[in-house]
Amino acid sequence: MKYIHQFLIIMFISLIGELLSLLPLPVPASVYGLLILLVCLFTGLIKLKDIEDVADWLILIMPVLFVPAAVSLMNVGDEMLGDLLVIGVVLIVSTIVVMVVTGKVAQYMIERKENHG
Amino acid sequence: MDKIFQETLYFGIVLSLFSYWIAVQIRKKFPYPLFNPLLISALLSIGVLIIFDIDFNTYNKGAQMITFLLTPSTVCLAVPLYKQSQILIKHLDAILLSLLSGCLAGMISIVLLCLCLNASDTLLFSLLPKSITTAIAIGVSELIGGNSTITVGIVILTGIFGAMIAKSVFRFFHITHPIAKGLALGNSSHAIGTAKAIEFGEIEGAMSSLSIVIAGIFTVILAPLLASLF
Repeated sequence: MKYIHQFLIIMFISLIGELLSLLPLPVPASVYGLLILLVCLFTGLIKLKDIEDVADWLILIMPVLFVPAAVSLMNVGDEMLGDLLVIGVVLIVSTIVVMVVTGKVAQYMIERKENHG
Repeated sequence: MDKIFQETLYFGIVLSLFSYWIAVQIRKKFPYPLFNPLLISALLSIGVLIIFDIDFNTYNKGAQMITFLLTPSTVCLAVPLYKQSQILIKHLDAILLSLLSGCLAGMISIVLLCLCLNASDTLLFSLLPKSITTAIAIGVSELIGGNSTITVGIVILTGIFGAMIAKSVFRFFHITHPIAKGLALGNSSHAIGTAKAIEFGEIEGAMSSLSIVIAGIFTVILAPLLASLF
């Protein structure tokens, strides 16, 4: 019963997130759900042990869940092919820019704080 | 072949899981960034669909069962985030400032590249939300006048590319702190990057999960402002 109860809680929060995503905001069900679960954990409404086993499993299998989305790229190929150069350059350069700027700024600020107590 | 598989639900599920399993075996043999399991499994699946002349919709009838689990799985990212909440509170300034700088730098780089390469406004607007999670990106793209099909494509490619290069980028630019690594991965390549960050460690995973939410909020606010300049 433990797993069924945990699965029920997670699915119920997903349902509430899905209902909220009907609001005219560009916020997906998953982000609403993540925030709801976070608030429930902080307020103690849901205890970690009420969901932890199933949650850990769902996070563990997450990479596989993206396979169908990646396969769907075969449908968008035609529309992207015409602008392949721009898309390729933007993909490579801007992804690296975001990664380096975010990582460097965070590292600089954290190290400064740790060095000055 | 398409006719036979139209009657089955499990074909899409089996093909997705089997190709991912093969991709992981390949990765074990050849531990190079190019052999990213998601990239290889997608290429294998697409190859099978093309060779046997099977329609994507036939595949997706079963495969969408896998996609359905993506929402509850993302919801559960609240768990590592909750466990690491002390770090979150202690380093709130560093977290917010680095995510904001990254979002801004990324979008400005996209604008500049598109201007240099003479891209159309529609293409620029489609690419602008490329570093955030698919569902938010589609909303932003439609809001500012982009083509949402191209947005979905670039978002998934960005996720795969970010996960592929993360290790090399961190080594080359001396990004060593777990918090910085997690934020960099989540801010640049959303949930696919987060799946990679979880492999690095619990702190990385938690910070990357947080970035999905905050980068989404920043982009929803900043992208329309930038787009209004054109």
